[in-house]
Amino acid sequence: MNVVLWILEWFGRPEQWTGTSGIPARFLEHVLYSGLALLLSAAIAVPVGLVTGHTGRGGFLAATLANFARALPTIGVLMLVVLVLGIGLAPVMAALVALAVPPILVNTYEGVRGVDPQLRDAAEGMGMRGREVLLRLETPIALPLILVGLRTAAIQVVSTATIAAFVGLGGLGRFIVDGRARQDFPMILGGSLLVVLLALIVIVLFALLRRVLVARGLRRRAAAPI
Amino acid sequence: MTEAPPVDWGWIQRQLDGVIADRLLEHLYLSFPPILLGLLVALPLGIASARWRPVYPPVLSGANMLYAIPSIALFYLLAPYTGLTPWTAIIPLALYTLAILVPNVVDGLNQVPDHVRQAAAAMGFGPLRRLLQVELPAAIPVVAAGLRVASVATISMVSVASVVGLGGLGQLILTEGFQRQFPTPIIAGILLSVLLAFLTDGALVLLQRWLTPWTRGRRAEAGRASRRARASSAPAREEEAVP
Repeated sequence: MNVVLWILEWFGRPEQWTGTSGIPARFLEHVLYSGLALLLSAAIAVPVGLVTGHTGRGGFLAATLANFARALPTIGVLMLVVLVLGIGLAPVMAALVALAVPPILVNTYEGVRGVDPQLRDAAEGMGMRGREVLLRLETPIALPLILVGLRTAAIQVVSTATIAAFVGLGGLGRFIVDGRARQDFPMILGGSLLVVLLALIVIVLFALLRRVLVARGLRRRAAAPI
Repeated sequence: MTEAPPVDWGWIQRQLDGVIADRLLEHLYLSFPPILLGLLVALPLGIASARWRPVYPPVLSGANMLYAIPSIALFYLLAPYTGLTPWTAIIPLALYTLAILVPNVVDGLNQVPDHVRQAAAAMGFGPLRRLLQVELPAAIPVVAAGLRVASVATISMVSVASVVGLGGLGQLILTEGFQRQFPTPIIAGILLSVLLAFLTDGALVLLQRWLTPWTRGRRAEAGRASRRARASSAPAREEEAVP
């Protein structure tokens, strides 16, 4: 049980809670890196997924690109961009976006593709044009799946944003990398627990988003465990 | 920045039999055991979760929590116990696959049509024989879809294991490339890792076709099973699947 005591002791150290290398500051940095990466990825993947899903064209290309991005080793992308652009936020964002785009893109595409063709016919029968069908019918119906994609991406990004510490930036990865350097086990454990905590917050946040954004008639279909 | 071209082909030619081959082999040794181990653990967990429903939510939450732990942290935390043995990489990577594989095993078993189950019972199959000879084979397409996602994710994550000095293509990227400020090994490492992931993915597709001859030539039918398989092959850890 001394592991628990170690962690409690680490969280109990007063210097943890203040200053630029304290838990609140590192947590906030981690949230900022992750949030920015998720926003960038969503800005790329959601429109591409919606359009390819709606037109049915380019779906194969999008899936291939998503597979390619998923297979990219994060460390490799990070180090390559560091060599090209130097240390900074850009390499971290490149690595995280490569990680986050595939789940968002594929889920958005599948969400739109999966819309019942009869509903699409009905919308067209009501006089909706292509763009209206996409925005007023397909997007709301695909939304639960889009949110699943965003949540999967967000959890992976939160867990992987620790790599920012490898290139001299902050975030919760600092505790893990510095803890390793100082052979400070409780520090590594504490940092990891904070990352898991952030992932849990993400899960709760997406459950709330789902409740707020998804139309009531669509919500019943899938009750997600956690 | 130097004037040198981004990729030094001479280096690649010289090292093809040397450091590149060594790291690629290490990468193979570090990626396949976790995938197999993960499948071995996910199968009983998934079977139990499909049979006894209340088991599923805690199992899934546990697997998802593990998935949220940064891989670097798990490698660091295990390293003092397992040292520089492959287990330092194999255990965390196998744990990560559970979050992808367990839901797929459960979905695969749940989508076995009831009439198939009843037919097996009518033929006198007991629960165990029905599971082994009917339900599990019928679940193969969905399980294989999960296995494909898990293996691509594992092969790309093995690179992180190099941070604790376990070798693999990550070592090529970090030691040969980054520490010497030399992009060629980084690019070679990335591309080989992607290539390995694609080849493994392709091999799994072939394996699945070979194991499930009854799904061949039924593409046009686009039944629920293949639809579901496609959807769950898409995102990692998708609990909601497609309507």
